[in-house]
Amino acid sequence: MRFSLLSVARQGLAGNEGWPEQWRSPEPKAAYDAIVVGAGGHGLGAAYYMAREHGLRNVAVLDKGWLGGGNTGRNTTIIRSNYLWEESEAIYEHAMKLWEGLAEELNYNVMYSARGVMMLAHNTHDVQSFQRHVAANQLAGIDNEWLTPQEAKAFCPILNIEKTIRYPIVGAALQRRGGTARHDAVAWGYARGADRLGVDIIQNCEVKGIRRDASGAVAGVETTKGFIATKKLGVVAAGNTSVVMGMAGVRMPLESYPLQALVSEPVKPIMPCVVMSNTIHAYMSQSDKGEMVIGAGTDAYTSYSQTGGLHIANHTLDAICELFPVVRRLRMLRNWGGIVDVTPDRSPIIGKTPVPGLFVNCGWGTGGFKATPGSAHVFAHTVATGEPHPIAAPSISIASAPGG
Amino acid sequence: MLLIPCPWCEAERPELEFRYGGEAHVARAADPASVDDAQWAQFLFFRTNPRGLHAERWRHVAGCGRFFNCLRDTVSDRIVATYKAGEPRPDAGALATGGAS
Ligand SMILES: Cc1cc2nc3c(=O)[nH]c(=O)nc-3n(C[C@H](O)[C@H](O)[C@H](O)COP(=O)(O)OP(=O)(O)OC[C@H]3O[C@@H](n4cnc5c(N)ncnc54)[C@H](O)[C@@H]3O)c2cc1C
Ligand SMILES: [Zn+2]
Repeated sequence: MRFSLLSVARQGLAGNEGWPEQWRSPEPKAAYDAIVVGAGGHGLGAAYYMAREHGLRNVAVLDKGWLGGGNTGRNTTIIRSNYLWEESEAIYEHAMKLWEGLAEELNYNVMYSARGVMMLAHNTHDVQSFQRHVAANQLAGIDNEWLTPQEAKAFCPILNIEKTIRYPIVGAALQRRGGTARHDAVAWGYARGADRLGVDIIQNCEVKGIRRDASGAVAGVETTKGFIATKKLGVVAAGNTSVVMGMAGVRMPLESYPLQALVSEPVKPIMPCVVMSNTIHAYMSQSDKGEMVIGAGTDAYTSYSQTGGLHIANHTLDAICELFPVVRRLRMLRNWGGIVDVTPDRSPIIGKTPVPGLFVNCGWGTGGFKATPGSAHVFAHTVATGEPHPIAAPSISIASAPGG
Repeated sequence: MLLIPCPWCEAERPELEFRYGGEAHVARAADPASVDDAQWAQFLFFRTNPRGLHAERWRHVAGCGRFFNCLRDTVSDRIVATYKAGEPRPDAGALATGGAS
């Protein structure tokens, strides 16, 4: 059933008891044309675009837990596209453009809110680096502007710009189109959209092995619900990518680290935008429920535990209390962790692998929520056509550089 | 926060006293000139990243200042053993049957 003013009014009058299930819960078929491992936003979105843009309808998405239960449902939902390198600008801006129309595309309110993302500079290095970003972004047609501390405070009145604090704010880079979206709604919207196009979403189905035929190509996956055949396998398993790719004997340049977030008790609206400081590891925005949503840094060591050390969250709260003295007496309601897959250069990987039929989308690390629609769209192309999308193709500048 | 037994100090200390040093036993080629790009890439960028026992380097920066290695379960974060740099990786099977101490 589509969401419209009429359907909402009609269901409302009937006590909201007539809404159908948003997606089916089918048992796996014996075989699919393509299988996606991981029902996070990136995996569900990839299946959606495979069905919608590439006519692949006999597709399954498998998840060992519930859909959206990985990093998609655990992140602080910061969306922006003001990255430095052309390759990054291309994928994140592709995503940004898709965010702008996503609710309409999916007929699902993903609550994308372009409330502005402000990145704080605390020292000379930050100033130089952010101003370089601003210049590079403007050349690429991506909005990003430099603010003085006073302008930053005008944009976010609860910001402390005193010069006497430990890490004073000396300026900020602002992307006005940046903002937030409702993470669960992104997963649910893609799940519903994919399901309606015939994609089977199979939860509580862990992939335990990848079977290959005599030529070495993918033949299917061993799962907790039995063997499922496929010739195209897309792995989108975030923090568990190394483990899943290892099932096909492929080693990945990834390490998995815990990353934490926490939310406060809800309060009236006090913060109109997103503020982030990479330098002192503090990220904050206010959810529509009124909770202050706070992101911390990663732990020092690799782990799959989905929890992080208390000292990491504490360190972030020290910074938050200094930047926003008004929140000092708020109580924190919940604290959790996700496992992020980090590449050596912190750039994602979307592409083919040495194993025919095996594709991978990973390495989004601490910042892949913002990329969800773009990553999903590009990966759908990669799996469906067997070749990289131009945005994810090995870049010409690298390929033609002297010495490879 | 981890409680880490430093094998040099022979004492458990909070993680804050230590600096993590990445996967252990990743040996640099003895003759770097003979190594091709693919092998360099393996050395520089590829790590085991296991879901389970991980051998890793730590340095007791705010203590004795020395490097050592640690076997930790990356699912429970439980430390199974720590041992001095240069010593071989302990046999996890033997440690397990030796009982938790
Ligand atoms: C605390 C925190 C804060 C963050 N903040 C931000 C932010 O503000 N902005 C931003 O852009 N990004 C942020 N990120 C990063 C972002 O969450 C991720 O990059 C992004 O959500 C990854 O999406 P995904 O769909 O690839 O992964 P996931 O949502 O993690 O999906 C992967 C799925 O694979 C499944 N899976 C794994 N192994 C198997 C298996 N063997 N069989 C079957 N299924 C399997 C998992 O169950 C999981 O559901 C944050 C991350 C965390 C943890
Ligand atoms: Zn010591």
